[in-house]
Amino acid sequence: MDWLLDAETTAHKLALMVLAIALFAVVMGGILFAVDKPKRVPQWVVVLGFLGPPLLLLLVGLVYPALRTLVSSFQDRSGDGFVGAANYTAIFTNPELLLVLRNTVLWVVLVPLVATTFGLVYAYLVDRTRFENLAKALVFLPMAISGVAAGIIWKFVYEYRPDQEGINQIGLLNQLLVWLGLEPRQLLLDQPQNTFFIIAVMIWINAGFAMTVLSASIKAIPDDITEAARLDGVSGVEMFRHVTVPSIRPALVVVLTTVAISTLKVFDIVYTMTGGQFGTSVIANEFYSQTFRQGNQGLGAALAVLLFVLVIPIIAYNVRQLRLSEEIR
Amino acid sequence: MTASDVSQRTVTNPTGMIEAPVGESRRSRRRRERAEVAAGRLSSPAASTIAIVIAVLWSIPTLGLFVTSFRTVDDIQGSGWWTALTSPLFSPYNYQAALVDSGLASNFVNTLVITLPAVLIPITLALLAAYAFAWIPFRGRSTLFVAVFALQIVPIQVTLVPLLNLYVDAGVAGSFWTVWLSHSMFALPLAIFLLHNFMKDVPPSLIEAARMDGAGHVTIFFKVLLPLLVPAIAAFGVFQFLWVWNDLLVALTFASNDATPLTARVADLAGTRGNAWYLLSAGAFLTMLVPLVVFIGLQRFFVRGLLAGSVKG
Repeated sequence: MDWLLDAETTAHKLALMVLAIALFAVVMGGILFAVDKPKRVPQWVVVLGFLGPPLLLLLVGLVYPALRTLVSSFQDRSGDGFVGAANYTAIFTNPELLLVLRNTVLWVVLVPLVATTFGLVYAYLVDRTRFENLAKALVFLPMAISGVAAGIIWKFVYEYRPDQEGINQIGLLNQLLVWLGLEPRQLLLDQPQNTFFIIAVMIWINAGFAMTVLSASIKAIPDDITEAARLDGVSGVEMFRHVTVPSIRPALVVVLTTVAISTLKVFDIVYTMTGGQFGTSVIANEFYSQTFRQGNQGLGAALAVLLFVLVIPIIAYNVRQLRLSEEIR
Repeated sequence: MTASDVSQRTVTNPTGMIEAPVGESRRSRRRRERAEVAAGRLSSPAASTIAIVIAVLWSIPTLGLFVTSFRTVDDIQGSGWWTALTSPLFSPYNYQAALVDSGLASNFVNTLVITLPAVLIPITLALLAAYAFAWIPFRGRSTLFVAVFALQIVPIQVTLVPLLNLYVDAGVAGSFWTVWLSHSMFALPLAIFLLHNFMKDVPPSLIEAARMDGAGHVTIFFKVLLPLLVPAIAAFGVFQFLWVWNDLLVALTFASNDATPLTARVADLAGTRGNAWYLLSAGAFLTMLVPLVVFIGLQRFFVRGLLAGSVKG
């Protein structure tokens, strides 16, 4: 049993991985083999063979834990007794937690709006230019890397050195300030603007996503429409506002809501850059520190439930807009 | 093929105008030519310049850390990375320090060991479930499918603590098994939904024909559907691969010290050794190495997968 649980050497770990894959293959193969007799096996056994394992995992891994967390959110920090709605009241009254809520609102409003606007303008600008694919690949690249790596990349951009003789700035942004004749700043420490510097990282990542989706839908606008508009003498900004944007409205809604949801759940960037200190925490990060650092399970659970509740209206809006655009067609 | 597809290709491949595709119909050729005319008209030098300048600006932060990861410890602390462009002095020392001295090599192995099963297992399970939802009629099928679909919106934060307690009770907490299991569970709703959509698109006549030949569900699944689904599986596979590889939250919650992947270890270094830029820069690029290779090599699947899976989390 210990051999299965505590792998310390590389060979041991790899062996464990191969074993896990093999075990999985054998179990699934066995189940499939057992139900692969179309005549003799009743239908429900076949369904159970195909659906049983994934549904079991979903019940154990998502449904039960979500319900359990809902219960925990009404319990105290160690999960022993019920405290009513105290954890939720704390979220909306405690000044530190109110700051977390304010930051989350800033994130969820700014990131989708700025990333989508940038992505849209860039997609329009880059459409049918030379180097289009290279330019798009470079802007899309941040989507490929982890939030941890993105956090470190930008933490280095914001790095601060005291403004003294003989000390050079090593962070690009502070060096730019110095070149402009300004004083370097503690960009990640000074409240409240530090939150905006972290938000910029999320925009940097998501603009590429917005651009890719919107670029695809701009390319899908029928030539006839743009051609007709052009014959009517529409061009440039007018074309962008009155032809391009209305034509891709459904894609815009999808991008906005998708970015909003991933922003709501963002954790790794904040965790890597400040750990949520200096007034930069957001709900997803506060959930982690309350649950695993402060040992306050009740409050952590309430924050997780809040996260869940906040996702729902965004998705509802998304579904409604999709319905509307289908009705128009 | 649409006109814009063609124009996009001619942009990437300047010789495309001469090498007109063999067997191209007259109509599509006319559209292609029209697109090329349009492309020529639209691609003003100004727009091209602005576009490429922004793309370069977008890449500078990454480039800066990349250059830094090859500079000496003293240089990094003493001067900005941009000065290295005029007086270059590069060494791979930082990577050696990170991999060997700080032991990130073993974290790299952990990431690899975590990722492979955490991609294979959910894809397999989701394929089977998607098949059942698409092609085996049974009572309550659509209700069950909607329920699975709805599970997509559950943020994983909601599940972490109870799941961890279950693992502790079972005596398996901290092991690779819990990380594999957790990633598989979290991936399933989206994977089932996406693969189901692709399976639904397979013409029913193909399935019917196979059934006429006496094939059971398992045979139909492997012989008829699986080959048709390769692009969909690749797209989701790339997405899930990157999701697991880049994940921090699941790793921090479930993996013990011996199983800690790169992301969690590098994030830890960023917290405890925030000024050790020689270590952080090399560490960050070690986490980025494989995603970047995948990005460059499988860009098409990558974009498709990311777009399809962007709601996950």
